[in-house]
Amino acid sequence: MDRFDRTTRWLHWINAALVGVLVATGAVLYWGELSSIVGRRALFKEIHVIAGLCLPVPFVLALPGRRGLRLRRDLGALNRFSPDDFRWLRSRGEDPTVRLGKFNPGQKLNAAFVAAALVTMLATGLVLRFFSPFPLAWRTGATFVHDWTALALGLAITGHVWLAMADPDALRGMVSGKVPARWARQKRPRWYEEISQEPAGSATPGP
Amino acid sequence: MVEDMDETPIGRRVFLGLAAFGVSGIVWGSKAAGLVERLLAPISVKDGSGLLGLLPTGRFRIYSVTNTLPKMAPANWRLDVDGLAGAPYTIGYDDLLRLPAVGLTKDFQCVTGWRVPDVRWKGVRLADILERAAPNAEAKAVEFESFDGAYTETLTLEQARRDDVIVAYELDGKPISSAHGGPVRLYVAPMYGYKSLKWLQRITLVVEPRPGYWEKQGYDVDAWIGSSNGRSDEPA
Repeated sequence: MDRFDRTTRWLHWINAALVGVLVATGAVLYWGELSSIVGRRALFKEIHVIAGLCLPVPFVLALPGRRGLRLRRDLGALNRFSPDDFRWLRSRGEDPTVRLGKFNPGQKLNAAFVAAALVTMLATGLVLRFFSPFPLAWRTGATFVHDWTALALGLAITGHVWLAMADPDALRGMVSGKVPARWARQKRPRWYEEISQEPAGSATPGP
Repeated sequence: MVEDMDETPIGRRVFLGLAAFGVSGIVWGSKAAGLVERLLAPISVKDGSGLLGLLPTGRFRIYSVTNTLPKMAPANWRLDVDGLAGAPYTIGYDDLLRLPAVGLTKDFQCVTGWRVPDVRWKGVRLADILERAAPNAEAKAVEFESFDGAYTETLTLEQARRDDVIVAYELDGKPISSAHGGPVRLYVAPMYGYKSLKWLQRITLVVEPRPGYWEKQGYDVDAWIGSSNGRSDEPA
């Protein structure tokens, strides 16, 4: 079943690559033991700043017009929480009667958090890099927020990668764009019904 | 497309709320940083695992100004004390350790905002180092040079003679590592961290000092903690 179109996948992987570079260079700049092994602080700083400034570019290219139609529709789905989503959250995903749409509520919260964290990192990063017009207290504030948000974002990314590794069918959705119908019926029944126009109930045997 | 009436559009609100919270932290973050520092400082002292050392509070950030981290074995290290002095001299690591030592336990405050509480320093008073060179009457200031080839700093002779300004060789009970500016660095307790020159190799007595590395980047020459660089930190 068709899960993510080309625009969405490109955006995901280009953004992932940029964030990967930012995490790696950021670790070198931040972590004393590492910086003393690799050195070249000025170079890593330069790469970190350039990758950070590039962050908005893929979004600006992917979102508008016909190209971003399905991507924008997915953002709409990430925005809306159904009553089932709230039951899923309350039962920590254990309630067997919950029927999910395209995304589970954990993915929705993760998307909102990661997007907000990237905006925060970019804004505070700009203050750190171009600090001269701002009061010095802002620089302290930006350092504080940049550091703690990096830590939280690192945990979110670790969790995201961990869960993707644990569910290869879901991961395939972001790599090839397609997921097995069986996966969709079991894990995202409402989305399955929307796309296939058939009931996802156990009546339909697998192909 | 199925549009359920009972769906709640909160994803965007969560995003906007979190983003506003994060970005506004630029303004309130310096106060929060101080609070977190005070809350975590008593815990991190007792923390044996070192895990808290990874958190972004109360820890050193390692800054260097050249491409590679300057490294020198203590055996190869020499300090030149020269300039307007009657008895310029060179001293090695072992001889430095034989001079009368002083200990200082003080917070280390960086001009960018981070602060490490209760750092234990050990070294020789800069006043003693200078006295051995017998400064001439016209000497009014001191220039410091690092063996990284780029980092320089200055103090007035009056500042250099304070009791809380030392040529340090021990940090928290251990020889100072290269990352922290070892084997020997300056520690100027009453001033922001950039005055505490790392990788010290030369001290020169002068009349009028040339601006140091960070002063050329726009930082104050007299870098008193709490009353310079537009900041208002507690003195260390």
